[in-house]
Amino acid sequence: MQFFFEVLIAGLLSGVMYSLVALGYVLIYKASGVFNFAQGAMVFFAALTAVGLHDLGLSLWVAVPLTMAVMVVLGLVTERIVLRPLVAQPEITLFMATIGLSFFIEGLAQAIWGANVRGLDLGIDDVPLEWLLDHANMAISQFDLIAAAIAAAMVAALAIFFSKTKIGRALRAVADDHQAALSVGIPLHHVWGVVWAVAGFVALVSGLLWGARNGVQFSLTFLALKALPVLILGGFTSVPGAIVGGLIIGASEKLAEVFLGPYVGGGIDGWFPYVLALLFLLVRPEGLFGEKIIRRI
Amino acid sequence: MFYREAGQFKATYEEDSRIFPIRQDRIVFAFILAFAFLGVPLLASLGIVSNYTFTAILTPFLIFSLAALGLNILTGYAGQLSLGTAAFMAVGAFASYNFMLRIEGMPILVAFMLGGLCAAAVGIVFGLPSLRIRGFYLAAATLATQFFIVWCLTKVGWFTNYSSSGVISAQKIVILGYTFQSSMSKYLFVLAVVSVMALLAKNMVRSNIGRSWMAIRDMDMAAEVIGFRPIRTKLMAFAVSSFYCGVAGALFAYAYLGTVEPEGFNLDLSFRILFMVIIGGAGSILGSFLGAAFIVLLPIYLNVLLNFTEAATGIDLPSGLSSSVELMVFGSLIIFFLIVEPHGLARLWQIGKEKLRLWPFPH
Amino acid sequence: MNYIKTVLAVLALAAAACSAYAQEQFIPAIDYRVGPYAAGGSGFFGGAIDYMTLVNMNGGINGVKLIWEECETEYNATRGVECYERLKKAHGGMSLVEPLSTGIAYGLLDRVGQDKIPMTTLGYGRSDAADGRVFPYVFPLITSYWSQAAAMIKYLGEKAGGLDKLKGKKIVHLYHDSAFGKEPIPVFEAFAKQLGFELIKIPVAHPGLEQQAQWLQIRQAKPDYVILWGWGVMNATALKSAQRNGFPREKILGVWWAGSEEDVIPAGAAAKGYTTMTFNTPGNYPLLDEIRKKVYGAGKGNLEDKARIGSVYHMRGITAAVLWVEAIRRAQDKFGKGKVMTSEQVRWGFENLNVDDARLKALGAVGMMPTVKTSCLDHEGSGATKVQQWDGAKWKSISPNWLTGDKAMIRKMVEESAAKYAAEKKITPRDCSKEG
Repeated sequence: MQFFFEVLIAGLLSGVMYSLVALGYVLIYKASGVFNFAQGAMVFFAALTAVGLHDLGLSLWVAVPLTMAVMVVLGLVTERIVLRPLVAQPEITLFMATIGLSFFIEGLAQAIWGANVRGLDLGIDDVPLEWLLDHANMAISQFDLIAAAIAAAMVAALAIFFSKTKIGRALRAVADDHQAALSVGIPLHHVWGVVWAVAGFVALVSGLLWGARNGVQFSLTFLALKALPVLILGGFTSVPGAIVGGLIIGASEKLAEVFLGPYVGGGIDGWFPYVLALLFLLVRPEGLFGEKIIRRI
Repeated sequence: MFYREAGQFKATYEEDSRIFPIRQDRIVFAFILAFAFLGVPLLASLGIVSNYTFTAILTPFLIFSLAALGLNILTGYAGQLSLGTAAFMAVGAFASYNFMLRIEGMPILVAFMLGGLCAAAVGIVFGLPSLRIRGFYLAAATLATQFFIVWCLTKVGWFTNYSSSGVISAQKIVILGYTFQSSMSKYLFVLAVVSVMALLAKNMVRSNIGRSWMAIRDMDMAAEVIGFRPIRTKLMAFAVSSFYCGVAGALFAYAYLGTVEPEGFNLDLSFRILFMVIIGGAGSILGSFLGAAFIVLLPIYLNVLLNFTEAATGIDLPSGLSSSVELMVFGSLIIFFLIVEPHGLARLWQIGKEKLRLWPFPH
Repeated sequence: MNYIKTVLAVLALAAAACSAYAQEQFIPAIDYRVGPYAAGGSGFFGGAIDYMTLVNMNGGINGVKLIWEECETEYNATRGVECYERLKKAHGGMSLVEPLSTGIAYGLLDRVGQDKIPMTTLGYGRSDAADGRVFPYVFPLITSYWSQAAAMIKYLGEKAGGLDKLKGKKIVHLYHDSAFGKEPIPVFEAFAKQLGFELIKIPVAHPGLEQQAQWLQIRQAKPDYVILWGWGVMNATALKSAQRNGFPREKILGVWWAGSEEDVIPAGAAAKGYTTMTFNTPGNYPLLDEIRKKVYGAGKGNLEDKARIGSVYHMRGITAAVLWVEAIRRAQDKFGKGKVMTSEQVRWGFENLNVDDARLKALGAVGMMPTVKTSCLDHEGSGATKVQQWDGAKWKSISPNWLTGDKAMIRKMVEESAAKYAAEKKITPRDCSKEG
């Protein structure tokens, strides 16, 4: 039983890490209806830029804000060059454009910083908490706990941003109905620019945390694969959905691998989240917190 | 002026329902087929088309075209976005391998058909969710197919004849005692299969099946109201599409790589095929071919071009940088094409035809 | 169609340009310098190209200069095959090919036989290709996965105080869930049966960014050793996860694709104490100094970051190139010194390699790599490996001598597997007594 809880807690904690990545997708999809495939590449780019600057001798306190600036510029440029000319195109075309964008960003990151893998030390030790290990024989990493706290803080900040600030309310209006928002005088392009910048910020935070966890390397782009089941489960348009979806996916993935895996040969955490999300969708086709789709002829 | 259909009258029902109702189209099509079947081998015998062109460009181009065609049926015609194409290809390849291995004297074409049918069966099972899920939710859900099938093929030893590493070596292609060994013969074999299947597809999308797919794509509720059964139509699309992908997968293993591991049919491949459909033009048979050409040839061309410029100008970029630049140019070109023509290369072709119709007159 | 024409035109130009270099021996570099495995690709091919540059600076092989051309594959089998086909006839024909990718190697397996071009697969690919009777054109030089697995068991046995002490121990095989990770399982299973230890197999799904589930299982099982058969990001993640679960890194033994700087640096402090197999002894050698001085001194080095000279992948690339050059040299001894060898002649060279200590001394690489002696029967030529440990800053050799596992057992498995392949493919094995 104790082992069950250990697996469950580990799963919930890694679920938070998945949510972090998923959040970037949700922001952009919610505001502009673009499924931004390049989010994984942005995470990679952000982490690599921060570490690259750090390796040049800048302290992290300088490197991270600098990277933030770079990410904002990247977001704004993307909105201007890639998405604006494609306004009102079918979703799938926009999706393809972001795939092209992900190639570009991956190439750009490696052209600037080289293909070498790098380590990133945020100064948080990734070791099990001694107290828990001694008293409950449970290995819970303190890094994971801190990462979860950061994620929670970020979600709270985003929630405040969306509900209390003027630009945040404009974002929600745009998300609800582009045309109505436009007609009451909300500058659409401006708002989209902000969304991409915010998504860049989310990418930076998840890139730093994942980079510290696994090293900064190209494989960070694969994080997209971990975030997708979270998205379908939680709904593409819901911030709380991304969090709850992440927790469910993280926990069930770990439990399945540990308790179900040995019976079928293991290695199932690659597809299990997808199948779970799929089964869930059969019951609720718009995801956990997705907007109920009403379809008319 | 060059593409004039004035004066071409359709006097019978048969004439009206031809695949290519316009004479110029028929001529161009016949010419392309004749060139592919006769011209290219002739050029090869003159030494103009090299072995390299056959094995590394034409054969993969045709195979990917077939796979893109399969996905196009599903995505372009029936409107169901799928990211599991490579998995269906894997099913086709591994099923054909097992039919060949386990049944003595199995004719290879029959094995390919059976492989395709297996893929179709898998396609129907994994197509079931499409009855409730749509759009990107469905796309992400089809990833379940992708990961699950590759996992299965890696896990279950029987599929790979218990080879320790899970790799299969495709048997030789033998038809009526003739072994398709040389690169040209393999090319012709693939070409024959692809042409027949492409013609069938072209016919299918004009028939009532194809029309029901398009009705579902354009507005599934409305289609249902006027009497199309969505279950049958959608599952049919999944089955036919998977069949095409399955055969493409078998060709990929037998006529191209020769030895494949399940990992060879990874998500990357699924994405590449999706690119082909979108870049080529969703909902167009011709688009599948154009898209495949674009995605297969562009990276090669970029690589060659970059090497050549470096050699010509004497600038020696660090090797890593030139690879990264290739990737950036590739990404930018995809974006550029989408901005210029969001409906794909096939649409550009259509616009070109319109222009030819008028040119050089203004109206 | 336009693209084809342009490609053809470019090719024709390239071909015309190349005919001038008839006195050069062509070796392709089918590499990958972008993507998830780029660090390995750039290090390995960087090393190979550095060594070839050095050979050319020293006057070539009896006057024959080497020439190479790079082709980016992105670790993708289709692109790899295209590169191979494109470069096959370039610069007077390729003398050998080394794809450094299991997927591409499988794609080329049939082709190299048809084109009569030898393919080296240093430390990866099909283990049963060591049987030269069935695979005349494939050379898994130095050691294959199976030999390595046997050497791992030997090392763990030594560590436990004798192979018989392994009885009753628990060994976890934590592997990348693919052809690569599954390859050694038959060997481990055979040893588990023979020596009586318990083998626990735990797969990690590609790419392996998250392994908490696997490491919790390991924590629960409390094994004596963990064998890490990983690739790419999976290795760093495994080390990190071991740390967060309090599993000592000293008890983890990695495969050599999990044993480079690129695998441990991302894991930071978590990697300290971690051990892996290798077929190069870490350290400095006269050969490396020569490359530093002559090649990098002249600004002709291939690595962008000079700190990577002598790193694991760089040294592995040099080792590969040493063997290529030695094979060509050997072929020249037989077929005519100072001539450009055909791929068929180079194949003979590979099959009759004899890189002994004297030769290694002449090259300035004694101890850097094991001695290699191949034959028609044995395309592997060595099977010797070492164990190295990461001390937090660099790799250190911790086994004084070269380790070899149970050779007879591996040979038996190789022959069985090769015979099965031959039967499936309807190949009649060569008769080695007739080979000269």
